[in-house]
Amino acid sequence: MPDKTIEKTVDALPGDTASTAGVVVTDSGPAPEKARSLWSDAWHDLRRNPLFLVSTVLIVFLLVMAIWPGLFTSASPRDADLAKHYLGKPNWSHFFAPDWFGYDVQGRSIYARVVYGARASITVGVGVTVAVTVLGTVIGMIAGYFGGWTDTLLSRLTDIFLGIPFLLGALVILNSFDDRTVMVVIMALAFLGWTQIARVARGAVITVKQADYVVAAKALGASTSRIMFRHILPNAVAPIIVVATIALGGYIAAEATLSFLGVGLGDTAVSWGGDVARGREQLRIAPHTLIVPSVMVSITVLSFLMFGDAVRNALDPKLR
Amino acid sequence: MGRYVARRLLQMIPVFIGSTLIIFCMMYALPGDPVRAMMGDQAYDPAVVASIKKDLGLDQPLLQQYVNYMTGLVQGDFGTQIASQRPISDVITDAFPVTIRLTIFAFTFVTLVGIGLGVVAGLRPDTLRDRGLLTLTLVLVSMPSFVLGFLLQYLLAFKWSVTTPTVTDSTDFGQLALPATVLASLSLAYVARLTRTSIAENLRSDYMRTAVAKGLPRRRVIGVHLMRNSLIPVVTFLGIEIGSLMTGAIVTEGIFNVRGIGIEIYEALTRREGATVVGIASLMVLIYLAASLIVDLLYAVLDPRIRYA
Amino acid sequence: MTIIEETAGSPAPDASRDADRPLLEVRDLHVEFHTRDGIAKAVNGVNYSVDAGETLAVLGESGSGKSVTAQAIMGILDMPPGRIPQGEILFRGQDMLKMSGEERRKIRGNKIAMIFQDALSSLNPVLSVGYQLGEMFRVHQGLSKKEAKAKSIELMDRVKIPAAAARVNDYPHQFSGGMRQRIMIAMALALEPDLIIADEPTTALDVTVQAQVMDLLAELQREYHMGLILITHDLGVVADVADKIAVMYAGRIVETAPVHELYKRPAHPYTKGLLDSIPRLDQKGQELYAIKGLPPNLTRIPSGCAFNPRCPQAQDVCRTDVPPLFPVTERDGGALAGRGSACHFWKETIHG
Repeated sequence: MPDKTIEKTVDALPGDTASTAGVVVTDSGPAPEKARSLWSDAWHDLRRNPLFLVSTVLIVFLLVMAIWPGLFTSASPRDADLAKHYLGKPNWSHFFAPDWFGYDVQGRSIYARVVYGARASITVGVGVTVAVTVLGTVIGMIAGYFGGWTDTLLSRLTDIFLGIPFLLGALVILNSFDDRTVMVVIMALAFLGWTQIARVARGAVITVKQADYVVAAKALGASTSRIMFRHILPNAVAPIIVVATIALGGYIAAEATLSFLGVGLGDTAVSWGGDVARGREQLRIAPHTLIVPSVMVSITVLSFLMFGDAVRNALDPKLR
Repeated sequence: MGRYVARRLLQMIPVFIGSTLIIFCMMYALPGDPVRAMMGDQAYDPAVVASIKKDLGLDQPLLQQYVNYMTGLVQGDFGTQIASQRPISDVITDAFPVTIRLTIFAFTFVTLVGIGLGVVAGLRPDTLRDRGLLTLTLVLVSMPSFVLGFLLQYLLAFKWSVTTPTVTDSTDFGQLALPATVLASLSLAYVARLTRTSIAENLRSDYMRTAVAKGLPRRRVIGVHLMRNSLIPVVTFLGIEIGSLMTGAIVTEGIFNVRGIGIEIYEALTRREGATVVGIASLMVLIYLAASLIVDLLYAVLDPRIRYA
Repeated sequence: MTIIEETAGSPAPDASRDADRPLLEVRDLHVEFHTRDGIAKAVNGVNYSVDAGETLAVLGESGSGKSVTAQAIMGILDMPPGRIPQGEILFRGQDMLKMSGEERRKIRGNKIAMIFQDALSSLNPVLSVGYQLGEMFRVHQGLSKKEAKAKSIELMDRVKIPAAAARVNDYPHQFSGGMRQRIMIAMALALEPDLIIADEPTTALDVTVQAQVMDLLAELQREYHMGLILITHDLGVVADVADKIAVMYAGRIVETAPVHELYKRPAHPYTKGLLDSIPRLDQKGQELYAIKGLPPNLTRIPSGCAFNPRCPQAQDVCRTDVPPLFPVTERDGGALAGRGSACHFWKETIHG
């Protein structure tokens, strides 16, 4: 503090008023060709990004598979034919045939199971992401907008939830349910996962809140809800989308991991993680029974991660 | 500094209580009955169940149960495992060093390889080398650890017989190498990406231009000026990752049969033994909180702009 | 070490020839950047020279290529995307563009030093100012940490930072803007270089502080008899310190002149426009002149004279022929030393 005062006095030493350095040449950059908004600029970038194109194609493909699995195979994922059991090796050239990827230990078509497994993975992934985004955005916006005690309270709550290890928490919750429906899994993961988005939303709101146009809107007497939805939300939405798209891949991986640990969707559900767990005994003799669903999980997660990565690169001007 | 640490420690108390309370509630308040799970499928007498519950204090209100439990915990009494009748503190003392070894091994791997790859990619941003490494890390991130675990187990142990498929001696670092690699992969990929971004960003900064204009040798420009700045966010991230590595051990230890707390907690969960689960979970929360405190202090040491406020 | 210092200190064998050669000479320098929108031609054939003890002010709007030229001289251009397709930068008669990276590094900071505009971002935020100053001595002169620190304190005293010994371990953010810029100056002066390039050294500062920093710089320059290239867009700064001025537009020098000549009688419509846009007390109440239009896009520089779309005197020839830098003379043809104008109609501009 004393240092500061010394500097001030020295900087303001009298004696050199000779240069009245007030004359400044207009210092404007070259004329912008056309005003581009964040979103159209992002779209411009995305269209040229091969990662984005590849991942979009893959995601559309996976979505179609999740919605209409019947389009891809006529075999049922649950029809067990013990005669065919796991020694029924894959016929890599029998494209789209039930024996394309061989049969599992109970003689079910691995190809059919892989196709039908997409639904569980994607429903959970998308469901959790939507739930987490809504929950996190609301909590984060309230904390950031109102500040003070509300913020302290909600921030502590966020800290508390961050302190719970995600996988462990999910295991504990899901383990106590005997009937684990898609809804239960989504709720459990959303309950534990909202913190990241809440932090991002809070940060974004605090930044936007101090912007002049929001201060102006407030001064003009706009209502709280109007300021929130008209002025703050649209400007906080980019960082939230970035975090959410990247998190989506992570939730699909989490669902697979939990199914693998035996606490994912109920035993009757067709899920990649569960199939990997069931195939684990055959790792030595029939590795394809777990490699095929493993590869499917990885490709799906990779598609969403690439998609999220491309969106982030396009929306985050700092990285350009 | 001392006051800051004291205040942070005080702040940690409500977070610790909150986190453990939530885990405790999830364990005991949700459907699923530990006593019934303990008795298995055998026919049971409601009166017996009630008396066991009374013995275990499970008939009291949840908050009371939590207070009882925490009072014990603070005195070092984790309770007794129902199945084995062993004190849970013994179980933890046995299993914890194993997980610590595995985590330290994985952490070292994450730090060295993750930062190394990140630096290699970040120093030449947007080149083929950079894009290749970025894609590689993306592939690593998209492989859940059980997928990578089985893949490596199949290739290295069964196909090429380079290592043993499971760990028989957890003090043998050679045997731990494979599980540690699998455990490290996700964090490693994140650290590499973060380092890469941070390096690439700082590379364009004004102070780097100054360092070059001062006529410093490249070694010094990169080693002193770039690294000091770029590694600040990485160090922060690494501290937080210690916690994730410990929970990640649940899956990895299961695949490679490493007898650490991951396996203990998983087995306790399937038996619905709340005391063991909550005990180990509390320990993990504590480690996470301690790690984040250390990270905060380290942050202030590394970045003089941050002051203890 | 001593032997090297002695040779450096004693007159070099070709010192006699050095005397009539400028300290630094830039010849026909071109710099271009490869960007997403095409090739941006930032510098298109710049020529200028500076002697020891002389101050050259390079004046221009942002995007005129003044900073890029300076970065090319320092060798701190980002290459790629930057590229120097042609030109020479002669330091004491030697072309630095033909030197090895190591040779150039030894010149940087040691013989030619640079002061940047924004001292806050240009100083490393996580290293103490003492460390950053001392680094110069440790790297270029091999001093120990302790000796370097003593030298840093001396330097900080030199640039009039109060309580230097107490503040040597402070970090850049702990200083005020003016003090930070003094530290930048100290860093540039550390090894008593022959030439200092100051890129808008006072733009980021308060007006009162600007004058102090500028005076300090001018004082130190006189004391050490250094060449100074002062890059600025501020005509007020130039008038007091510069000996000669080069006005840049779209990567070219459009006018050169001794400083007071230029103010009195500009020979290029662009310079004239700049001077007319200065608010003056004797013209109170009148509308301030402004050059119409915007600086050109460097990926599409207009044909002919780059200034033609904004020039009130533009004729057909201006749209087709690039004007070279004509020597400017008196109306009767009498020589005007150091004056030049890249305008087809310089005569009309200066005498008309």
